[in-house]
Amino acid sequence: MPKDSGIGASSKRREDVRFLTGAGNYTDDINVHGQAYVHFLRSDIAHGRITNIDTSAAEGMPGVVKVFTGKDFEGVGGMPCGWEVTDRHGAPMQEPPHPILAQGKVRHVGDPIAAVVADSLALARDAAEAIEVDIEELPAVLDMKAAAQDGATLVHDDLKNNICYDWHLGEEDNDKVNEVFANAAHVTTLDLVNNRLVANPMEPRVAVAEYSRGTDEYTLYTTSQNPHVIRLLMCAFVLGLPEHKVRVVAPDVGGGFGTKIFHYAEEAFCTFAAKACNRPVKWTSSRSEAFMSDAHGRDHVTTIELALDAENNFTGLRTNTHANLGAYLSTFSSSVPTWLHGTLMAGNYKTPVIQVNVRAMFTNTVPVDAYRGAGRPEATFQLERVIDKAARELGVDPIALRRQNFITQFPYDTPVALTYDTGDYNGTMDKLEAAADLSGFAARRAQSEANGKLRGLGVNCYIEACGIAPSNIVGMLGARAGLYDAATVRVNATGSISVMVGAHSHGQGHETAFPQVVADMIGIDESMVEIVHGDTSKIPFGMGTYGSRSLAVCGSAMVKATEKVIDKAKKIAAHLLEASEADIELKDGQFSVAGTDKSVAWGDVTLTAYVPHNYPLEVEPGLEETAFYDPANFTFPAGAYACEVEVDPETGQVSIEKFTAADDFGNIVNPMIVDGQVHGGIGQGIGQALLENCAYDENGQLLSASFMDYAMPRADDLPFYEVDHSSQTPCTHNPLGVKGCGEAGAIGSPPAVVNAVLDALNSGGKAVDHIDMPMSPSRVWTAMHS
Amino acid sequence: MYNFDFEKPSTIADAVAALAGEDAQALGGGQTLIPTLKQRLAAPSTLVSVSGIAEMKGVCVEDDGSVAIGGATTHADVAADAASSYPALAALAGQIGDPAVRNRGTIGGSVANNDPAACYPAGVLGSGATIVTNTRQIAADDFFQGMFTTALEEGEIITSVRFPVPQAASYQKFLQPASRFALVGVYLARFADGVRVAATGASEDGVFRWSEAEEALNKEFRTDALLGLHINPMNMIGDLHGSKEYRAHLVSVMTKRAVEACS
Ligand SMILES: Cc1cc2nc3c(=O)[nH]c(=O)nc-3n(C[C@H](O)[C@H](O)[C@H](O)COP(=O)(O)OP(=O)(O)OC[C@H]3O[C@@H](n4cnc5c(N)ncnc54)[C@H](O)[C@@H]3O)c2cc1C
Repeated sequence: MPKDSGIGASSKRREDVRFLTGAGNYTDDINVHGQAYVHFLRSDIAHGRITNIDTSAAEGMPGVVKVFTGKDFEGVGGMPCGWEVTDRHGAPMQEPPHPILAQGKVRHVGDPIAAVVADSLALARDAAEAIEVDIEELPAVLDMKAAAQDGATLVHDDLKNNICYDWHLGEEDNDKVNEVFANAAHVTTLDLVNNRLVANPMEPRVAVAEYSRGTDEYTLYTTSQNPHVIRLLMCAFVLGLPEHKVRVVAPDVGGGFGTKIFHYAEEAFCTFAAKACNRPVKWTSSRSEAFMSDAHGRDHVTTIELALDAENNFTGLRTNTHANLGAYLSTFSSSVPTWLHGTLMAGNYKTPVIQVNVRAMFTNTVPVDAYRGAGRPEATFQLERVIDKAARELGVDPIALRRQNFITQFPYDTPVALTYDTGDYNGTMDKLEAAADLSGFAARRAQSEANGKLRGLGVNCYIEACGIAPSNIVGMLGARAGLYDAATVRVNATGSISVMVGAHSHGQGHETAFPQVVADMIGIDESMVEIVHGDTSKIPFGMGTYGSRSLAVCGSAMVKATEKVIDKAKKIAAHLLEASEADIELKDGQFSVAGTDKSVAWGDVTLTAYVPHNYPLEVEPGLEETAFYDPANFTFPAGAYACEVEVDPETGQVSIEKFTAADDFGNIVNPMIVDGQVHGGIGQGIGQALLENCAYDENGQLLSASFMDYAMPRADDLPFYEVDHSSQTPCTHNPLGVKGCGEAGAIGSPPAVVNAVLDALNSGGKAVDHIDMPMSPSRVWTAMHS
Repeated sequence: MYNFDFEKPSTIADAVAALAGEDAQALGGGQTLIPTLKQRLAAPSTLVSVSGIAEMKGVCVEDDGSVAIGGATTHADVAADAASSYPALAALAGQIGDPAVRNRGTIGGSVANNDPAACYPAGVLGSGATIVTNTRQIAADDFFQGMFTTALEEGEIITSVRFPVPQAASYQKFLQPASRFALVGVYLARFADGVRVAATGASEDGVFRWSEAEEALNKEFRTDALLGLHINPMNMIGDLHGSKEYRAHLVSVMTKRAVEACS
C-alpha cells in the first residue's frame, strides 16, 4: 500500500497552491521604496576594442541618477571563478579578469558596456541610447579548433592563447592507450557535437539591492539557487564587503536549471550602485537580455573512440573534447568539462583503460556553465552514442552489448577517479525492458510502417554523480568552496517545527519533501513542519541547490539535526516519565517507556523544553539543533531509458511515440515529486535532442536570440512518459539512502532519442551513422538524402 | 517602447484622418507591432487602433457567394465564423500562433505586414482574393510585393478582404519548430476555372504562386501530376531551421498533401 504521509508518500506539493494561484513571491514582485532602475547598455558586437565612451549626453537626460562604465569599477574585483582546474602539465588554468562592466574590450554580444540608473526603466533606456560608444571591431573567435591554433586572434590579450586549460583524466600513458587500440578487434569512432543550450527558466533573472546609510548594511534580493554562495562570492571577491553587513535573499525562484547558481555581474552591480546612488536599484532581465547574458550550457565538440576485443568486451575508450567556456569564466564553468564530465566517462561499464582529453576554449560567446546535468549529459551522450554505433557496426543487439559490459561488482573503482558505491544495472535494465514493452516493439514498428512512417527504438544507460563531495576531495581537485550543507531544526513550544535549510528550491518541491522526512522521523503530521530557505539572515550557511544534491546532502544534515533534537527530547521525556533515557522510545509522536504503557506526547515534551518548570537540570532549555553534513562520497543514480520515434520519411519530422525511463534513485521520499523531476528532465533532454539550438553566425551574432528562433519543447512535442523507479539500491553512505533525481532525465534522454532516430532511418535502409542535435526535420531529411 | 499617442476611432473615416498625421501607424491586434515597439525598432508618433471600428469586423457571405472578412477581424473569429462558408480558410486561421495570438491578431494586420512566413498571405494569394482598402480594391496577385512589402500606400487601411470560395481548398502548414509560423505553408484552391497554389515561408521573395504546379494540376488533378516538378532552391530561404533545398522540397511535399486533402 502506498503510504499517505511521511517518507515514501506522494504528498501533494504544498507550494503549488501559491504558485498556481498567482500568490508566489518572486524577486520581481519585490519593490523597495524609492527604487531606481538600471538598464545595461550591451555590446551588439562580438569582439572589439572600446576606443571611446561618452556618457555626457546621457547624464543630462531626464530622470537619470547616474551612468556607470567600466572605469567606475577599476578598483573593484571582477566576477570570480569558483574552481581552479590544473592542466595536464600541473599548471593552473588561465584565468582572465571578468569585469562587472567591460574594460577595454567587449568580448561577446551582450557584454555590458555601461549601466544607466534612472527613475524609471524607460528613462534609463532613453539615456542609454544617448551614450556614444566607439568600438574598433576585431575578428570574432568562434570556432574552437581554430581558436586553439597558434596565432589565432586572442579573446583575452593578456593570455598566451585561447586555451583556458588542456586537461586530461585517466590513463596518462599514450603508448599504453595506443596499444589497447592497436590490439582491438574492433574500433568505433564517432565525431559529435553536444549542442549549446539556453536554459530559459520561466522567470528571468532579477536583482534588487538596497543600502542603508544608517546601518551600513546591504540587502540584495536576487534570483538565486544558492544565496549564501552569492553572498560569499560577492563580498569576498567582488565588492570587498563584510558578510555580516550583507543579506542576500532569494525568494521564490521560478526555475533555474543551473543558470541561477552563478554569481552574475548584474547582482554585484546593483549592490554596488545602491550605495553609490544612495537609492535602491532594481534590474529585471528581459527575455532578450537573458538569451545573451544568462550562462549557456553544453557546447562540446568531441571525437570518441571505443576499442572492443573479439568477444565485444570494451577494452579501451579515448575522448578528445573541445569545450566552449565562452568569453569569460563563469562561476563553476571550469569544473563542468573536467570533474563533472571526464569522471563520468566510464559510464555503467567496466572499460579497463580510459583516457579523457579536454581543451577548454575562450571564444567570443556568452559564458557557458552548468546546465541541468552539467558535464554528465555530455559524457553520457558520447559514450552511449559510440556504444550504439559499435553495436550497429558489429551487428549485435545494443542492449546485449551493454549488458555484457556492465559493472556488476560494487564498490567499483573506475579508471576515471570515482568509486561507485552501489548499483544494479542489469536489474534496472530488466525493469526498463518490461516497462517499455520492448518485446512489443516489432509489432509497433510494423504498424508505423503500414502508416508510411519509419519507427526506431533507442535504448541507453546513464550514470551520474550527484551531491558532489566530500569537501576535502573536491578541494584537492580545485574547488574553491566546500560542498557540505547545513540545517537547523527549530522546534516551537507547541511542537511545530521550522527547518532552516541551506538548500534552496527553485521548483523542486523542497517545502513538501523535506517536511515529510522530519515528520516521519518524529511521527507527527507533515503539516507541523515548515521549511525556511533562501535568506542568509535566517538560515545556516549552506551551499544551495544544484547537482541533485539537496536531499542527499542538505537532507542528510536535516536528518542529523533532527536526530539531535530527538535525542534531547528523549532526555526531557525520560525526566517527565521518570524513566531511564535508554528506555525511551519515540513512535507516532509519543515518547513511551519500553515495555510499559507510560507515555508522553511530542507536544508535551516540546512545551516542557520551553517552559522548563519540571525539567532535568543538566539539560539546556529549548529545542533547536543545527547540523552540518559533508558526504563521504558522491551518490550514483543510474538508469536505462528507451525511446521510440516515428520519422516521416517525406519531411524528416521526428515524433516521439513512447518514452520509458527506469531509474535507480535509491530510496525515494516522495514518488510523485521524483516522477515530476524525471518528466521535466526528459522534456529538456528531448528539447536538446530535437529542438534547442543556440547558434551564432560567423560574426558572433546570436542567431537564436529569441523564442522565434530558439525552439523550446512544448507540451505537444512530448509524449506521456512511463517511469519506473522500483529498481532501488540505496546509497550506502547517507542516512536516507537517497541518490538524487533532479538531473537524471536530462542526462539520460538525449542519446535515447538520437539512437531511436538512427534506428528508424537504418530500418528504412538509410545507412546514417550520426546526426548532430538538434535533429531538426531539415537535418534528418538532409541526412537521409546525402 | 518609446512614448506615443493613442487613438481608437470608431469609423474608417476617422481612422484615415488620424493616420494622416506624421508617423502615425495603424494598430490591429498588435501581435507584430507591439513586440516591435517593445524592442524599440519602431517609433510611431501615434498609434491608431482599428479594433474599435465595427464596419471592419466580422465575416459575411456576399451576394455573389464570396466571403468578405473585415480587416480588423481576429484569427479566432475567422476560425469560428468562416468555418461553414470557407472551411479551408477558417482552418488556416485556426492554425495561426496560439489562442492569445488568435484572439488579438487580425487578418488586416497579417496581410499588411506580409511576413514571409505568415499564413494568411498564402490563403489570400492562393484564393485569388481581393484586398479592399479605404481607397481601392487590389487583386492579391498585385498586392504582395516581396518580404514585408505590399501595394499599400502610406496611411492606407485594409478594410476587408474578399475571398471567392473555391470548390475545394487546403492549407498545409509545416511548422517552424521555434516560432511555429510556417517553415513552409502551401495553400491550394481548386476553382471551376483552375487551380491556384501559393507557398509561404519558403521564398526570399515572400509568398509566391507555384505556376508549374498549377499548370500540371489543371491538366490532371492528381498527386502524380506533380512528379518531376521541383522548385529551384536558389531563391529559397536558408536558415537555422531549414536549408534552401529542404524548403524547396517541402513546397513539393506540402503541395502533394494539399492535393490529397482536396481529392
Ligand atoms: C507568438 C506568435 C505566434 C504567431 N504565429 C503566427 C503564425 O503561425 N502564422 C501567422 O501567419 N502569423 C503568426 N503570428 C503573427 C500574427 O498572426 C499577427 O497577428 C499578424 O502578423 C499581425 O496582425 P495584427 O493584427 O496583430 O497586426 P499588428 O501587429 O497590429 O500590425 C502589424 C502591421 O500591420 C499594420 N496594420 C494593422 N492593421 C492594419 C490594417 N487594417 N490595415 C493596414 N495596415 C494594418 C500595422 O500598422 C503594422 O505595420 C504570430 C504572432 C505571435 C506573437
